Amino acid sequence: MALKIVKGSIDRMFDKNLQDLVRGIRNHKEDEAKYISTCIDEIKQELKQDNIAVKANAVCKLTYLQMLGYDVSWAAFNIVEVMSSSKFTYKRIGYLAASQCFHESTDVIMLTTNQIRKDLSSPNQYDTGVALTGLSCFVTPDLARDLANDIMTLMSHTKPYIRKKAVLIMYKVFLKYPESLRPAFPRLKEKLEDPDPGVQSAAVNVICELARRNPKNYLSLAPLFFKLMTSSTNNWVLIKIIKLFGALTPLEPRLGKKLIEPLTNLIHSTSAMSLLYECVNTVIAVLISLSSGMPNHSASIQLCVQKLRILIEDSDQNLKYLGLLAMSKILKTHPKSVQSHKDLILQCLDDKDESIRLRALDLLYGMVSKKNLMEIVKKLMLHVDKAEGTTYRDELLTKIIDICSQSNYQYITNFEWYISILVELTRLEGTRHGHLIASQMLDVAIRVKAIRVFAVAQMATLLDNAHMLTGNTQRNGICEVLYAAAWICGEFSEHLENPMETLEAMLRPKVATLPGHIQAVYVQNAAKLFATVLKSQEGNTDSTTAQEASQLMIDRLPLFVQSANLEVQERASCILQLVKYIQKLQQKDVEVSEEVCALFAGELNPVAPKAQKKVPIPDGLDLDAWINEPPSESESEDEQPKAIFSKEEPKHSRPRHTEVDEKELARRREARKQEQANNPFYIKASPSSQKVYQETPGVEHIPVVQIDLSVPLKVPGLPMSDQYVKLEEERRQKERAEKKKKDKKKRKEKRSGRGKKHDSGPESEEDITPAHMVDIVTEEMPENALPSDDDERDPADPHKALDIDLDNLESAGKRPLADSEKLPVRSHRAAEVLKSPAEDEEGENVSSLEPKKKSSKEKREKKKDKDKDRKKSKEEKKKKKHKHEEKEEADLLCGQADEPAFQSEETNEVVTPPTSTSADEAATVAAAEAAPAPGAISVTTPDSEPEEPKDTEMEETKSSKHKKKKQKREKEDKEKKKKKKHHHHHHHHGDKGGEESVQNGTVEEEEPLPPMSNYCLLAENSYIKVAYDIQGNLQDGSQVVVSVIFENKCDSFLKSMEFNVLDSLNSKLQRPEGSGPHDSLTIPFQLPPGVSNEARFVFTVQSIIMPQKLKGTLTFIVKNEESSTHEKLDFKLHFTCTSYLITTPCYSDAFAKLLESGDLKSSSIRLEGVNMPFHHLLARICFHHHFSVVERIDSCASMYSRSIQGHHVCLLVKISSQTVSVDAKCDEPTLLGNVLDEIKQTFSQC
Amino acid sequence: MIKAILIFNNHGKPRLSKFYEHFNEDIEQQIIRETFHLVSKRDENVCNFLEGGMLIGGSDYKLIYRHYATLYFVFCVDSSESELGILDLIQVNSQVFVETLDKCFENVCELDLIFHVDKVHHILAEMVMGGMVLETNMNEIITQVDLQNKMEKSEAGIAGAPARAVSAVKNMNLPEMPRNINIGDISIKVPNLPSFK
Repeated sequence: MALKIVKGSIDRMFDKNLQDLVRGIRNHKEDEAKYISTCIDEIKQELKQDNIAVKANAVCKLTYLQMLGYDVSWAAFNIVEVMSSSKFTYKRIGYLAASQCFHESTDVIMLTTNQIRKDLSSPNQYDTGVALTGLSCFVTPDLARDLANDIMTLMSHTKPYIRKKAVLIMYKVFLKYPESLRPAFPRLKEKLEDPDPGVQSAAVNVICELARRNPKNYLSLAPLFFKLMTSSTNNWVLIKIIKLFGALTPLEPRLGKKLIEPLTNLIHSTSAMSLLYECVNTVIAVLISLSSGMPNHSASIQLCVQKLRILIEDSDQNLKYLGLLAMSKILKTHPKSVQSHKDLILQCLDDKDESIRLRALDLLYGMVSKKNLMEIVKKLMLHVDKAEGTTYRDELLTKIIDICSQSNYQYITNFEWYISILVELTRLEGTRHGHLIASQMLDVAIRVKAIRVFAVAQMATLLDNAHMLTGNTQRNGICEVLYAAAWICGEFSEHLENPMETLEAMLRPKVATLPGHIQAVYVQNAAKLFATVLKSQEGNTDSTTAQEASQLMIDRLPLFVQSANLEVQERASCILQLVKYIQKLQQKDVEVSEEVCALFAGELNPVAPKAQKKVPIPDGLDLDAWINEPPSESESEDEQPKAIFSKEEPKHSRPRHTEVDEKELARRREARKQEQANNPFYIKASPSSQKVYQETPGVEHIPVVQIDLSVPLKVPGLPMSDQYVKLEEERRQKERAEKKKKDKKKRKEKRSGRGKKHDSGPESEEDITPAHMVDIVTEEMPENALPSDDDERDPADPHKALDIDLDNLESAGKRPLADSEKLPVRSHRAAEVLKSPAEDEEGENVSSLEPKKKSSKEKREKKKDKDKDRKKSKEEKKKKKHKHEEKEEADLLCGQADEPAFQSEETNEVVTPPTSTSADEAATVAAAEAAPAPGAISVTTPDSEPEEPKDTEMEETKSSKHKKKKQKREKEDKEKKKKKKHHHHHHHHGDKGGEESVQNGTVEEEEPLPPMSNYCLLAENSYIKVAYDIQGNLQDGSQVVVSVIFENKCDSFLKSMEFNVLDSLNSKLQRPEGSGPHDSLTIPFQLPPGVSNEARFVFTVQSIIMPQKLKGTLTFIVKNEESSTHEKLDFKLHFTCTSYLITTPCYSDAFAKLLESGDLKSSSIRLEGVNMPFHHLLARICFHHHFSVVERIDSCASMYSRSIQGHHVCLLVKISSQTVSVDAKCDEPTLLGNVLDEIKQTFSQC
Repeated sequence: MIKAILIFNNHGKPRLSKFYEHFNEDIEQQIIRETFHLVSKRDENVCNFLEGGMLIGGSDYKLIYRHYATLYFVFCVDSSESELGILDLIQVNSQVFVETLDKCFENVCELDLIFHVDKVHHILAEMVMGGMVLETNMNEIITQVDLQNKMEKSEAGIAGAPARAVSAVKNMNLPEMPRNINIGDISIKVPNLPSFK
């Protein structure tokens, strides 16, 4: 043996090892790919050998090749082999390879479950460690589910080395299997106080990650973290905790107040820059959360800003960067304190480091004022010219636009300057932000009326020089500005100096190379221009210009008619025909300009981007309400009603008042201001501007400052914004001089231009007047617009599933048993192991179910065949079954270990066995109970966590395709099983008169799987079979819904079915209005042979305390080719008291209160000779009688249910050696008696 | 969370790549290339943080890197990590590499990283696990790594000896034995001839 090993290793000596491979690759620089492909061939050979050492060596090499970008997934199975080696050396190689290349869709992962479990429980701590490390990289939902318990056990391992790894990996497990969070959380919390600093740090790490996504659930841990913060000396832990506090403070301002002091102390005392920085950051977060009105905290802000200034001034670029980053956070809430460091920030703009410049750019946003805007933008424009990378240039571009357009162009005093800046920006090559510039141009031109003349002139120039922008059309985002240019020229064509020229420019053949949507705008606006040209020529005796224009259109438009773009084509051909017609009229000397202009009459107003969404729903309109009665669900699915009309949008336009007297204006202004103040969507300037606005009446009468005529309106070529800076400077000086002469009142008037309501800055800037009157038209919003939350979370976010309320978990006993809490069994395998009570109940059923089960097993195996390892998987499955049992035991043990922690919280007096419960135990119980119900896979809590099941589902669907398939198959299997069961019910309960008109209760009701309920037979003859099920309606205490399935058993067509019930005083069938009390209801469908369909009937019930039977008949016509006969079927509908109960979850504390209240009457029964496990018994009560388990302790359980009329029914079920005693309390003794009788009957039948 | 740890040299050749989120091999290579381009064009004395990188991350993610002699150590992290903390970690990281690899191979240089990428991975696994920082204490990391290496040696036993001998012989032919290399603050002298150990 030993010889063999030595021989093997001597052979192996000459195999290539990793080092040889690396060396080889380095020596084959020219033909690396070829060399590697020969190496891969060698590796494939090595993997075929039996020697594990050779395999490990091969896998090791593969890991290296994977790093170089070679796909090695083909060797996944060999990696698993190496992982399962008993030697640490090889195991480690295997796990490393797996961690590098396994992922959720690697299908061999499912083979590793047992191996990993074995390694996790290995006596060698490094085996465990390596397994944990590997698992952290490739854990899948399946692995997480199967191994969660094992890892949880490791969290209490004796070795801190294992503990810290186990704690850390729990985060990954939570992400993949959110159900594990609840049971694991108490232990995780314990680890925060672990004696080992590494474990502690790991626990802090995990909780911080969790809390970052769902901070509100972790608020209760704040005191604990506070303690840690003041005691810990580990900077890493401190940083994490302080970061966590930063996330928590926005939710709890009181916490913030408490934090300020210790954090300030830390800031003063610590020498670690990283810690200092995080402290400052959190203090900022606290200050933000405390909002304003806290003047005494200005000291803290000052401290922060000072410290940040020190950071920014530091020569270390990293500190500089972070300082700026934190500064931008302060900027949002305390802009003043940042503004005082303007010098520093402007300095950073010139830094050679791009990251720092970018951060400084962010800050600039808050630095600008009317005074310095031009200057700053000029500086930025210089940077734009110098910038090399497009990313930075694009960033600059967006920043320039952001800065200028912020707060509704608050800081712009000269819009001509701004337009020229925009035009200058169009010269940027290869920018992605053409559309941004375009939208700014449009926005300014539309909203600032005074600028239109200038804008149109500039745009005409742009259009004329379009060739400069369209060098490389398709890629060049900048050609988007032509869209804006064309539109502006068209829309405001009355301002064009020479419309004919522009028209010609817009119809150049080169235009056809532009993107389609731009061409479309060109065509449309050419038509507008054409109209303008006609109008300008009106009254002119010489009509040549007008005719020239028509001819130009007719000549050039055919080019667009041929366009591949549908929109362009359509518009062009439309307009072409129109122009042809106009030309005809022109030749007859008919005046057409009026009519042509009418085509484009009317002014467009800007509408806020979200205006449509915010249109409020008028009072009394319920969009969710049905307009017509919904069609019964029994109709086939494809007949779903479609929305036949859409909501009408209320039209809204701002009334235009042109000539109104001052008083009226003032009044209106006041009203509007009021409205704006109340309207959160009105775009407001900073609060100070409103003040200014208030102080300045008579805005209308300000003399319009003339546009400085020294600025040539039509700049030859492209304009230069720099000129404006100089001119602006001069203008301001002139103004200042003028102003001095003027009296105070006049100055006041002048200061506030009409519509300047958004136009003001800090006090110091008030003496800057805009160059010309600016009418910033605000965007229109519907009246009473409603707020809508737009920032909903991405539904695919895995963290959403972890949004679990953990506080209630502190007292484990106080929660209702949530089925989702069961950790170990949620799997398809479990479903196979555990059978439904119905199966147990009817022995003969089992035999008939057997073949079905087998087939599903076969299917599963078939799938596994893909992995070439049928045998292995079978074994594995067996083991798994076994494991599940073990797990339950383990859980119980854990539960006991946890006991002391919970004992104090145990307050429930009703269920009073001496033992207390723990979360773990509860989970096991839930598992045990949930499992017996049919199809209890991934069962979920009834009401307490409505979101959770969905999330789980999502998680699951998100996971690999492979898994989806599996689930689908499972579902199919289940459904088949279910169907089978239906039949059994029909057969076996037929003579029992439908006493078990039950539905699957707790478990089934909330299940994400398609709902399946137990129908029982109502009546049957040779033609038809009718089964029914009764459900209470929680919304209406006097209604129950009876769902009836009709199944055509014969070969004939069944039609004209009519359903009738002889009403009693107490229960009445709801008939449509207008029909008499004895009329029968027509069933809205016909049944072809072999088809079944379902109809629902609503019954009104007055008293629900007694069971009841209603007689009824079903009449129908049997029609076949030869004849049609009239048939009749009598039945008795049995309304049990149980059917009035609705499964309602109940918290144990609420349950206790209920019992204490003394309003309930009690009663009890004893059931002898019950021969079934307790959890089966409970499941059956839940299942048949619509109860939910509140709490279970050993052989004693409390249960709760509620009737549709709000009666509380509480049960305390105990079992001792085949005798079950049920003590019950209810506020209605008769109802209670009947329910108990029904329970008794259920058990007497088994 | 740490999304990825990359080590590559001045020419962008990957020396170690550890992704804590799955990408396929092509994307991984693209990420490495992109990251290299972003990092390599930066001057020596600029800050060590970098935003951007289309492929990996997004706005919440940052690249934090350090440049040592011929190697770039790049961490891609999200906002839950402290920037300065990660920089310290990289420092520790390289020191631990130097310290531990030093024990195994006398002197450390880029070549050691190239030839022993598996060992580097094992060391890294003691520091960062599944994207979360596991241990920051250098001594603790070194202890654990040493213990594991000891185990490996003891497992190899007699059978391992011939392989080691051969590999030592092969190492002698190293054509590009390094002359003087610096990693971090630790400067490395001209290496000795590889010894039999």
